[in-house]
Amino acid sequence: MMDFLNAIVALLNFVVIPGAAYGAQLALGALGVTLVYGILRFSNFAHGDTMAFGTAATILVTWLMTSLGISFGPLPTALLALPFGIAITALLVLGTDRVVYRFYRRVKAAPVVLVMVSMGVMFVMNGITRFVIGVDEINFADGARFVIGAREFRQMTGLDEGLAIRSTQVITLVVAVIAVALLFWFLNRTRTGKSMRAFSDNEDLALLSGINPERVVAVTWIIVAALATTAGVLYGLDKSFKAFTYFQLLLPIFASAVVGGLGNPLGAIAGGFVIAFSEVTVTYAWKKVATYVLPESLAPEGLLQLMGTDYKFAVSFAILVIVLLFKPTGIFKGKSI
Amino acid sequence: MSVNWRNIGLFAVVALLFVITGAMQSWTLSLTILNMGLVSAIMALGVNMQWGYAGLFNIGIMGFVALGGLAAVLVSMPPEPDAWAAGGVRIVLGLAVGAASLVAAVLVWSRMPKGRLRGVVLVAVLIAGFVLYSQVFDPAVQAVERTNPAAAGYLGGLGLPILLAWPAGGLLAAGAAWAIGKTALGLRSDYLAIATLGISEIIIAMMKNEDWLARGVKNVTGLPRPVPYEVDLQQTPGFIAWASDWGFDLATASSVVVKLCYAGLFLVVLLALIWLVETAWRSPWGRMMRAIRDNEVSAEAMGKDVTRRHLQIFILGSAVCGIAGAMMTTLDGQLTPSSYQPLRFTFLIWVMVIVGGSGNNWGSVLGGMLIWWLWIMVEPMGQFLFQNLTAWLPEGSFLKDHLKDAAAHMRLLTMGLILLLVLRFSPRGLIPEK
Repeated sequence: MMDFLNAIVALLNFVVIPGAAYGAQLALGALGVTLVYGILRFSNFAHGDTMAFGTAATILVTWLMTSLGISFGPLPTALLALPFGIAITALLVLGTDRVVYRFYRRVKAAPVVLVMVSMGVMFVMNGITRFVIGVDEINFADGARFVIGAREFRQMTGLDEGLAIRSTQVITLVVAVIAVALLFWFLNRTRTGKSMRAFSDNEDLALLSGINPERVVAVTWIIVAALATTAGVLYGLDKSFKAFTYFQLLLPIFASAVVGGLGNPLGAIAGGFVIAFSEVTVTYAWKKVATYVLPESLAPEGLLQLMGTDYKFAVSFAILVIVLLFKPTGIFKGKSI
Repeated sequence: MSVNWRNIGLFAVVALLFVITGAMQSWTLSLTILNMGLVSAIMALGVNMQWGYAGLFNIGIMGFVALGGLAAVLVSMPPEPDAWAAGGVRIVLGLAVGAASLVAAVLVWSRMPKGRLRGVVLVAVLIAGFVLYSQVFDPAVQAVERTNPAAAGYLGGLGLPILLAWPAGGLLAAGAAWAIGKTALGLRSDYLAIATLGISEIIIAMMKNEDWLARGVKNVTGLPRPVPYEVDLQQTPGFIAWASDWGFDLATASSVVVKLCYAGLFLVVLLALIWLVETAWRSPWGRMMRAIRDNEVSAEAMGKDVTRRHLQIFILGSAVCGIAGAMMTTLDGQLTPSSYQPLRFTFLIWVMVIVGGSGNNWGSVLGGMLIWWLWIMVEPMGQFLFQNLTAWLPEGSFLKDHLKDAAAHMRLLTMGLILLLVLRFSPRGLIPEK
C-alpha cells in the first residue's frame, strides 16, 4: 500500500505537475497561434519570438521595479510587471500590423505569402529581442521558491517519496486559468468578442453586417500579445529565459494548435495538454514508479525511458504527423484540411 | 535570345563586391566567402525549385543540409573495425527490427478489417516491436560508443572518396523528403511548413545524440579532401617554383589555390544543376509544373496528379539541398551538429531565394552570393557603424557597452528587414521570373 502511494507521489512529482504546468504554457501559446489563424488566416511563425519579446519586455520592467524596491511579496515581481510587458508587446505587434501585415490584407495576398512575411517579422523580432536583452540565459523568478518542499512533504506524510511543488508551477496554472477564463468570457459575452467570432466564421457575412475588420484585427493582435507575453513569462519563470528556446517552442505550440484543430480556441487548450503530457511521459524514466508498483522479481533493469529528453521535439512531431495522417482537422473540428 | 544587360550588370555588381573584398581585405577571405556563397547558391536553387516552381513552403532546409553533411561522414571516413566488431552488426540488426515492426504496423493498418481488433493489434505490434528493438539496439550502441571514445566511438564510414558523398547526400535528403512529403503534401500549405520545421529539428537532435552514427556533439573532424592540402603544395617543388616566378607569398598562394580548386568543383556542380533544371523547366514536364503552380484546380481537371507532382519536386529540391549540405561539410572538413542553426540554414536561404527572385534559377544564384556576402559583411559593418555612432559617448558607459554588444545582433535585424522590404516593394526579386 505504502509502495503504491509512493508510486503515485512520484508520478505526481515528475509527470503530472510538470506536465500540467508545461501544458498550460503551451495552451496559452497555442491560443495565440490559433486566434491569428482564425481571424487573420495565416500561421504566424513570429509567435515564438513575440513570446520572447514580451518576456524580455517584462524582464526589463521587473528589473526596473526591483531597482525601485517594489516587490510582490512571496510572488515573483514579474507578475506585477506583466501588464506593462503586455502593453509594450501590444504596441509592437500593433505597429507590426500597421507597417507590415495591413498591406497584405489590402491586396488579399495568399496565406502562404503571409506566412513568409511572418518569417521576416520573426527575424526582425528576434533581432530586436537580442538587441534589447542579449542572448544570455536570464533567471528572473524571485519570491518564494516552493509551495511544498520535498523534505517537508516527506516529514508530513512519512512517505519515502517527496513531493515538491514549485510556486512557479502553481502560479502558471492559476494565471493560465484566469487568462483562459477571461478570453472565453470576452469571446462569448462581449460585443467585440462576438464580432471576432463572427469574423472568424464567415468573413463576408461579418463584413456585410457592418463589423469593422480593422477593429477586429487590432483587438485580435492585442489579445494575441497578451496571451503570448503571459505564456512567455510563465515559461520563463518556470524554467528560465533564453531568446533561442522560445523559437524552439514554436514546434510544440504549432503541434498543439494543429492537434486541437487550428482556429479552435478550445482545441488549442486541449492540444497543449495532449502535447505536454505526451512529451513528459515519453521522456520520463519510469524506473522509479515501476520499482514501487511491480513486485521485486519484475523490477526493471533499465531506466524504462522510451526516449531521451533531447528527443522531445520528436514527440510533438510524431503526434502532429499522426493527427495530419488520420484527422487533419484536429481533435476538435478546426478550420481547414 | 537577347542579351539581358540588366542581369549581367547585377552579376557584375556582385562580382565587384568580391573583388573589392579581395583587394581591400584579403583574397583568402574573399574566396572563403565565395565558396560558401556558391554552396548557398545551390541550396537556394533547391529551395527555388520547391517554392518558385511548385509553391511549396519548406522551412526544414537545415535538416536536409545536415543530412548531406552526415552523408559526407558516412561515405568518406575510414571504417572503425573495432567498433564494428563491438556491435556494428547488432546495430544494423536493431535498425532492421525497428523498420520491420513499422512495416508490420503499416501492414496491419492497411490489411486488417476496420474495428477495435485492428487498433489493439496495431498497438501490440508497435509495443512488441519497440521492446525488441531496444533489446537489440541499446546494448550494441553502448558497446560501440565505449570503443575508443576519445578518437572514435562510432562506426566510421565507408572510406570512399568524398566526392561520392555529394550524390549520397542528395539521396539521403531525398529519402527524408519522401517520408515528410507523403504525410504533409496534399494538406494545406502551412502544414508542410510546420512538418518540415519539425523534421529538421529532429534530424539535428538525432545527429547530436546518436554518437554511434557520427560522434554527436563530439564532432567528426579531419574529413578527407577532394583537393590537395596547403602543406603538401608548399612542399611541391613545381608549386614553389611557380609561386616564386609570379612573386607570390607561398602560404597565401597555396591557400588561394586550394580555395580556387574548391570553387571550381562547386562551380561545376552549380552549372550542371542549373543546366539540368533549366532543361527540365523548358520541357513538357516544366510546362506541367507551371500549370499546376498557377492553377491547381484546372491542372487537376486536365488529369494531372497534383499531389504526386508536388511530391516529386519536393524530393528533387530537397535532394539538391542535401547535395549542397554534403559539399559544405566537405569544404569545412568537419561535421559539427551543434553549428546547424535554423536562422542560418533555413531562413537565410529563404532570404536568398526571395531577394534573388523566386522562380528564376539565376536569381537564386545571384541572391545566394549577394546575401551570403552581406551576411558575412554586415557584422563588421555594424561594428564600424556603432563605433562611429558611439564615439561621442564616454568610454565605459553602460549605453556604449550595450550598443557595442548589440552590434553582433545586427545580422538578424538586417536580414529580416531586407526580406520584408523585398516582399513588400519588389516581391518578384532582383531577377524576376520570365
